[in-house]
Amino acid sequence: MADSFDVAVIGGGPGGYNAAIRAGQLGLTSACIDKRGAFGGTCLNVGCIPSKALLHASHLFDEARNEFPKLGIKATVELDLPGMMAHKTKVVGELTKGVEFLLKKAKSEAIVGEARITAPGKIDVKLKDGATRSLTAKNIVIATGSDVAPLPGVTVDEDTIVSSTGALSLKTVPKRLLVVGGGYIGLELGSVWRRLGSEVTVVEFLDRITPGLDGEIGKNFQRILGKQGIKFQLSTKVVGVEKTSAGLSVTVEPAAGGAQSKIDTDIMLVSIGRIAYSDKLGLADIGVALDSRGRVTTDAYYKTNVPGIWAIGDVREGPMLAHKAEDEAVACIENIAGRAGHVNYDAIPAVVYTAPEVASVGKTEEELKAAGVAYKTGKFPFTANARAKTIAATDGFAKIIADAKTDRVLGVHILGANAGEMIAECALAIEFGASSEDIARTSHPHPTLSEAIRQSAMGVEGWTMQM
Amino acid sequence: MSIEIKVPAMGESVTEATVARWFKKEGEIVKRDEPILELETDKVTVEVPAPADGAIESISVQAGSTVQVGSVLGAIAEGKSGSVSATPASNPQAASPKPVETPKPAPIAAAPAAAQPAVMPSVRRISEESGLSPAQVSGSGRDGQVLKGDMLAALEARSVQRPLAPAPVTLHSGPRANAAREERVTMSRLRKTIAVRLKESQNTAAQLTTFNEVDMSAVMALRAEYKDSFEKKHGVRLGFMGFFVKACIAALKEIPNVNAEIEGDDIVYKNYYDIGIAVSTEKGLVVPVVRDADKLSIAGIEAAITDFGTRARDGKLKLDELQGGTFSITNGGVFGSLMSTPILNSPQSGILGMHKIQQRPMVADGGKIEARPMMYLALSYDHRLVDGREAVTFLVHVKENLEDPQRLLLDV
Repeated sequence: MADSFDVAVIGGGPGGYNAAIRAGQLGLTSACIDKRGAFGGTCLNVGCIPSKALLHASHLFDEARNEFPKLGIKATVELDLPGMMAHKTKVVGELTKGVEFLLKKAKSEAIVGEARITAPGKIDVKLKDGATRSLTAKNIVIATGSDVAPLPGVTVDEDTIVSSTGALSLKTVPKRLLVVGGGYIGLELGSVWRRLGSEVTVVEFLDRITPGLDGEIGKNFQRILGKQGIKFQLSTKVVGVEKTSAGLSVTVEPAAGGAQSKIDTDIMLVSIGRIAYSDKLGLADIGVALDSRGRVTTDAYYKTNVPGIWAIGDVREGPMLAHKAEDEAVACIENIAGRAGHVNYDAIPAVVYTAPEVASVGKTEEELKAAGVAYKTGKFPFTANARAKTIAATDGFAKIIADAKTDRVLGVHILGANAGEMIAECALAIEFGASSEDIARTSHPHPTLSEAIRQSAMGVEGWTMQM
Repeated sequence: MSIEIKVPAMGESVTEATVARWFKKEGEIVKRDEPILELETDKVTVEVPAPADGAIESISVQAGSTVQVGSVLGAIAEGKSGSVSATPASNPQAASPKPVETPKPAPIAAAPAAAQPAVMPSVRRISEESGLSPAQVSGSGRDGQVLKGDMLAALEARSVQRPLAPAPVTLHSGPRANAAREERVTMSRLRKTIAVRLKESQNTAAQLTTFNEVDMSAVMALRAEYKDSFEKKHGVRLGFMGFFVKACIAALKEIPNVNAEIEGDDIVYKNYYDIGIAVSTEKGLVVPVVRDADKLSIAGIEAAITDFGTRARDGKLKLDELQGGTFSITNGGVFGSLMSTPILNSPQSGILGMHKIQQRPMVADGGKIEARPMMYLALSYDHRLVDGREAVTFLVHVKENLEDPQRLLLDV
């Protein structure tokens, strides 16, 4: 096979494989290099996809046990954890095969191995068998993603002290699970094991969970999770962990400093964030600039400071989201092909796949206050939504924030069932500069949860009708 | 069968027009050749007739939009009026049992044609409530899409321009923002064209103006004597314009450069005399052209000018009546002007400015001072082509022809 490409993409995740596909569509020869052996990156192998498989299965299990009686269904359900894991593994397997098929279809060569950039336009790939394959490429796209951020003083063994990867493959349901970090990963995986029977405690350094989400949403979200049995210790930091005969003894102290205390647990999940995966690529040797957090620095066109080397996804700045990497992949390759690719960072939605889900796009009230932007809000609770009542999922509300003067939608925040599906409409609205009135005057089907979006849009100008 | 309503060809230099208003609504029955909408061009308004008998099926371009020659404005569902037609709305029989029926307002932009950009729902509401067309607002959205904020800002600008109540008079000592005290309106097409043409004219020709004055006694006496019999015979009033046109043509024949134009490196001498007569209308100045004025009698010239005047005020002038012309005459005297320097009607090389007739003390033969009805004459000319001597001679000829109209008769 040829060892020379128009584009060589390092990393086979949502950024990398979509870059390779887009390159193929635009008539560029490409290779996609990934060291894992299965394409799809963190998202597909140990992130979004397996977690969603477990979230869905555990949600049904929980519903069957706790919600069925309210709906007039009597059932006895029993957990088959290996079976649940098998479902997850099957889905992941099918989707990684799907990515390989898509690469083949785009005439992109999928190469399994560890890439190192030896010079601009030159990559050495250490193959699985130990041999080295040298490639040349007019353009190199770094799409190596991110890795789990380590917690100082704690070594992840993926047995009792686990990262998100290990938490997706526990052999048994732990009696106690301590989640370190109240971000979306910790809350999703905490929810999975809570539903399957664990006592879950979340320790968060900050005074709130899901930092970055709208404050009002965060507060209500925590209250709902609390009702589901998840315990929270906010403003608390983990300073050490000891293995004992009974499991783990975790030492915590107030974030502001003070008296230490111990929490006993069986499993500790470290989910304090992710860091860009930029070392071991040889970037320092060829002078590719990184920022203080180890992320590859690029301009608005995803060009690094070294000609012919580009970067997209988690390895550069911005939210670490699969779809953000995918958007950047398309834009970056279009720029390489001489087209005009761009990403609108004000219209990238984010979703937490708990029950209820949390979804947001655009600005939060806190961000707008800090920026001194005058705004109006409209809110609508799912308790007043007909469909939410019929499916017994009335937790949460939808909130739309619009410019006080122009009525342009600046942010949408939804806490509720199916929020993740409904946020796409709101991203489209923001992308096209819609006003709250435009959403309010757009027909929404009845009875659906999406009517809550419309009613909250009406609320911005004070004409919510169904409350 | 549906027939498209298209923008008709409106003369050589006209490629686009603005839809001024629709006379008919969707569903209304029209007869072939009946005017169904009005287009505004740089120069005139043109009525577009129905291409066939039938009912207005659709209106795809709303008032205020700019359209190109040949583009589709809407469609007519062909069919004889009065007979059973395809749509109930266009069936007069169906409506006849209810003689008193309030007509429903036509849905405005309810179904925009595919070629038009989609209007956002909020923008549609604001447009219909305020009458402000999104086409008149510059959009800040994708590809210039007009957003609600753009409409609100435009409305705010409009309300600032036209305050409902007179603002209380307050004294300001220091400098202040004047935006609130200014009114900003879009130029009409005619005004824009006038602006462009006049500046073009000034940028091209080497313009200057020479003056003279004319004793109007003879023309006034002639007019006083014959005006009744003239009007009786020709059906038009005997004014001054006929004399001036004739006087100018006689002078143009003497000084052909004033009736010529520069075209590239050539001088084009016109052996015909198409005289443009400036007519002031509410919308602005138009200059209809009296063709072959040298071959017309004074009555013929007066009739043509009177006709132009009425039609110009009604906006009914045709485009070809405004094109061409070899020389122009403008009369600022009707508004009281004593003296002015007209701007050339490019590419012509001369324009005569008439002014107010005023009794002035003149020194008559024998050193006597007499009150005479005097008018100052101005000739602006293109000095590239017309020498000062020629310009002055031209104006002297005009003066002499008017002070002694018999010269026109004898051609001396």
